[in-house]
Amino acid sequence: MTVDDLLKQPGAWLAAGKDTGTVVSSRLRLARNLKNRAFPGWAGEDECERIWKDLQPVLGQLRSMTPSFALSMGEIDLLDKQVLFERHLMSREQAEKGKGSGLVAAVDESMSIMVNEEDHMRLQVMRPGLDLDRTWKAIDAMDNEIEQHVSYAFSPRFGFLTACPSNVGTGMRASVMLHVPGLVLANEINPIVKGVSKIGLAVRGLWGEGTEAVGNMFQISNQISLGEKEETTIANLTQVVLEIVEHEKNARARMMERKEAMLCDHVGRAYGILAHAHILTSKEALDLLSGLRLGIDLGILKKMNRRVVDELLLVTQPAHLQKSEGKKLKAKDRDQARASLVREKLKEAEKGEPGSS
Amino acid sequence: MLCESCNEREATVHLTQVADGAVKKVHLCEECAAKSGFDIHGPLSIQDILLGMGQSSSDAAAGPERSCPKCHFRRADFKKTGRLGCPDCYETFAAELLPLIKAMHRSDQHMGKVPSREGTAVRLSTEIAALQKALDQAIASENYEEAARLRDQIQGARSRAAGPEKKEST
Ligand SMILES: [Zn+2]
Ligand SMILES: [Zn+2]
Repeated sequence: MTVDDLLKQPGAWLAAGKDTGTVVSSRLRLARNLKNRAFPGWAGEDECERIWKDLQPVLGQLRSMTPSFALSMGEIDLLDKQVLFERHLMSREQAEKGKGSGLVAAVDESMSIMVNEEDHMRLQVMRPGLDLDRTWKAIDAMDNEIEQHVSYAFSPRFGFLTACPSNVGTGMRASVMLHVPGLVLANEINPIVKGVSKIGLAVRGLWGEGTEAVGNMFQISNQISLGEKEETTIANLTQVVLEIVEHEKNARARMMERKEAMLCDHVGRAYGILAHAHILTSKEALDLLSGLRLGIDLGILKKMNRRVVDELLLVTQPAHLQKSEGKKLKAKDRDQARASLVREKLKEAEKGEPGSS
Repeated sequence: MLCESCNEREATVHLTQVADGAVKKVHLCEECAAKSGFDIHGPLSIQDILLGMGQSSSDAAAGPERSCPKCHFRRADFKKTGRLGCPDCYETFAAELLPLIKAMHRSDQHMGKVPSREGTAVRLSTEIAALQKALDQAIASENYEEAARLRDQIQGARSRAAGPEKKEST
C-alpha cells in the first residue's frame, strides 16, 4: 500500500455513501506512551527510531486493524505526508516529522496510529456521521490489543501519562465534525460557540486559522481528560452535538420559511460559480461547496448528491490536487487546476454519474 | 468583560496562569494578547497556561536545579517546550504539576480506563474514586436515593479492595 493507492479511494470520513448530513464524522483519539522510555520530543532521533522499530511490527499485526499498512516519515516525501494529513490520517505536526516517526493505518483508513508524534502512540478511529459509541468500542479494542504487547506508562492518580499534561487521564480526545451553514447564515453560531466553550468543550473551525470556520465546518471536542470516565466524556459530547444539530435544523427551517429566496439565491450562486469559474482559491471552494451541500440537504439542488460534494472537499485540497496533476503546483496554478477539477466533477454529476470514483 | 491590560476592548482571550502554585485567570483582548506573545490562533497552547510557572519566589532558595533521575529533564526545559521528558517526570515534578493539572482538568484523580497490567487493586481504587465523585454530585443535587445506592457500591468496592485476591470481575 502506498499513498498513491489511497488516492484511488474515498477518505474514511466521507466513505461508504453514508448519509452524513449536519454531522460529517466522529473521531476518537487515544494518547499512549511506553513505560520507561523518554517522550518523542525529548528522546532524540536515535531513540525515536528504536521505538518506531519496536512498535511497527506490533502495530502492523493487530487483529483489530487488519489489513493495514505502515509508512515511515523518513521515507516518504513531503507531498505524500500532506496527503495523509488532508485525509485526516495524521496530524499536521506528524507531517513535519522525519526519521523516527511513522504511521500505521488500516487500508480502509478508518483507523490509524501515529508513532512518535507528541506521544509514542496516538491511536485514532474515525467513522462517518455521529457514532461515538461504536467508535469508542473500536478504539477500546485496539487499545486492549496493543496492551497485550507493550507496557503503558500509567499512574493510578494521573491515568495515562502523556508528554503534555493537558492530555493525562484518559488520554482521550473525542471530536465531531459539523457542517452548520444554517447557524452561520442565521448569525446564530457565535452564542453557540461561546456556550459550548463554557462547558469544557472546544470548538474550532475545521479549516482555516483559529476561530474562523471556512466552509462552515466546525470541530467540537472535549478539553478535559482527567477526572471523567471515557463513556461520560462521550455521552456529554454526543448530547451537545445533538442539541447543535437540532439548532441547525431549526435555523434552516426558519430560513426556508421566511427567506426562501435568499437561501435559493445563496445556493444557486454557489453552484453557478463552481460550475463556471476558472480560478478557485481553496477558501472560496470550501465556502461554495458548503453552499452546495446545503442546497442538496434542502432539496434545492435535486440533481446533485452529497457524495460528490464530500469528494470534492477532499480532492480539491492542495496536496491532493498536486497528486492528481502529477506535479508540484504554485498556488496560482493550483487555483486553476482546482477550478477545472470542480467543473469537470460537477458536469459528471449533472449527467447522473454520482461519485464517479 | 473588558481587557485587563488596556481596559478598552472586549476581552476575548481567557488564559489560566499558574504562579507560586496558585491559579490565576487572565482576560485579554486579542490585540493585547498578541502583544504579550500569545498565539491566539491555534488551540490554547500549554505554554500560554504555563506563563507564570517557574517564576516562583522560592526559586532562589530551592538550590540547584532539580532534574528527572530517569531522563535528566529539568524544569527549565518544561518552560521552553511545555512538554515533559518522560513518564517519570510526573513524579519528579509532582509539586509543580499538581496545581497545573488541577487548573486544566478541574480534577486530579483519574477515573477512566485502567490498563489490565495494572491489576485489580488499581482498577478498584479508580472505580472508588469515580463512585465518590458521583456520590458528591448526588448529595449536592439532594438526590439522596441515588446517594444511598452509590454509598453501597463504594462499600462493596472497598471490601473487594481490602479482601483477599479474588478473580478479576469483568
Ligand atoms: Zn487590551
Ligand atoms: Zn523524566
